[in-house]
Amino acid sequence: MSQSVVNSEERPDSSPVVRGVLQALPVVMGYIPIGFAYGVLAGQAHLSLFSTLLMSLIVYAGSSQLIAAGLFASGQPMLSIIFTTFIVNLRHLLMSAAVSPYLARWPQVRRLLFAAELTDESFALHSVQFGKRVPAASQVFAVNITAHLSWIFGSWLGFVANTMLTDVKPFGLDYALPAMFVALLLLQIHHWKAVGVALFSGIVAVVFQVAGFATWSVMLATVLGASLGVVLESWTKKQSG
Amino acid sequence: MDEKTIWLTLFGMAAVTVVPRLLPVWLLAGRTLPPIVVAWLRYVPVAVLAAMLLPSLVLQQGHLDFSWSNLYFWVSLPTIAVAWKTRNLFLTVITGMGGIALVRYFF
Repeated sequence: MSQSVVNSEERPDSSPVVRGVLQALPVVMGYIPIGFAYGVLAGQAHLSLFSTLLMSLIVYAGSSQLIAAGLFASGQPMLSIIFTTFIVNLRHLLMSAAVSPYLARWPQVRRLLFAAELTDESFALHSVQFGKRVPAASQVFAVNITAHLSWIFGSWLGFVANTMLTDVKPFGLDYALPAMFVALLLLQIHHWKAVGVALFSGIVAVVFQVAGFATWSVMLATVLGASLGVVLESWTKKQSG
Repeated sequence: MDEKTIWLTLFGMAAVTVVPRLLPVWLLAGRTLPPIVVAWLRYVPVAVLAAMLLPSLVLQQGHLDFSWSNLYFWVSLPTIAVAWKTRNLFLTVITGMGGIALVRYFF
């Protein structure tokens, strides 16, 4: 069950930085095509190369950047773009809260630097890892920086390729993210309660989206799903004790 | 939008994105949380990943779709099987992307 995400951990001879870079590779494989898609869209929205890369550097949040590129293209006002970004990225609040207990021994500045680069994928990767043990800070930051650089690189590739090739579909690149989520989700599942939480949370999100509440669906489903986990936990404790 | 307004927008986006990332770490770390909160937070990864994943597999343009044309759903089945068997992120991503590319190529 506890087999590692990539085999890098089983090579204790390699340095923490090398281990971190290797650990980030599956995320890199997902980020380059998605960053590419963002770069293409940003180019089509007539953002400059500088602005396109600046967004990947300082915002660094995949789905919200794709959405923002669309909003720029349709000429939305500044505040509307900023507010949409806020709503779409609010879920990081829950992720940050979930990893912070593991980092209690780190100095505050290091914790904040870590949290500033928290994304869906890096969060999932780290929470699989932290559940076992918190590795050296240099390994953790190597993961984050590798992933971040690959995101910027993907954005750049997409921007440059904008005029040449716009369709990533024939290569299946658009499926990198769902496939990665499948793996990261299954790596988190160690008992039947987690299966229940995953199914429940997923179905709640689907129901909200079908009902037209797409904006809040992920947040609400997460809050309800995690609450179900706590209920199941206290219920099994009562059963056994 | 002129370039200056775009940059202002980007800095605004960065600010509203980074605050939710930093705030819990700022407030929570180094503090002992009640066991029920810790238990709740333990379930956040599973819940949030499932909430992001499942809609992308079963919805097409906002509607449930289990027809053969919804490749995202059908290819997820072998992808899930590989993820479950191998517990390997790399092989799973390859299976998913390869599966989608193959189906698109042959059908």
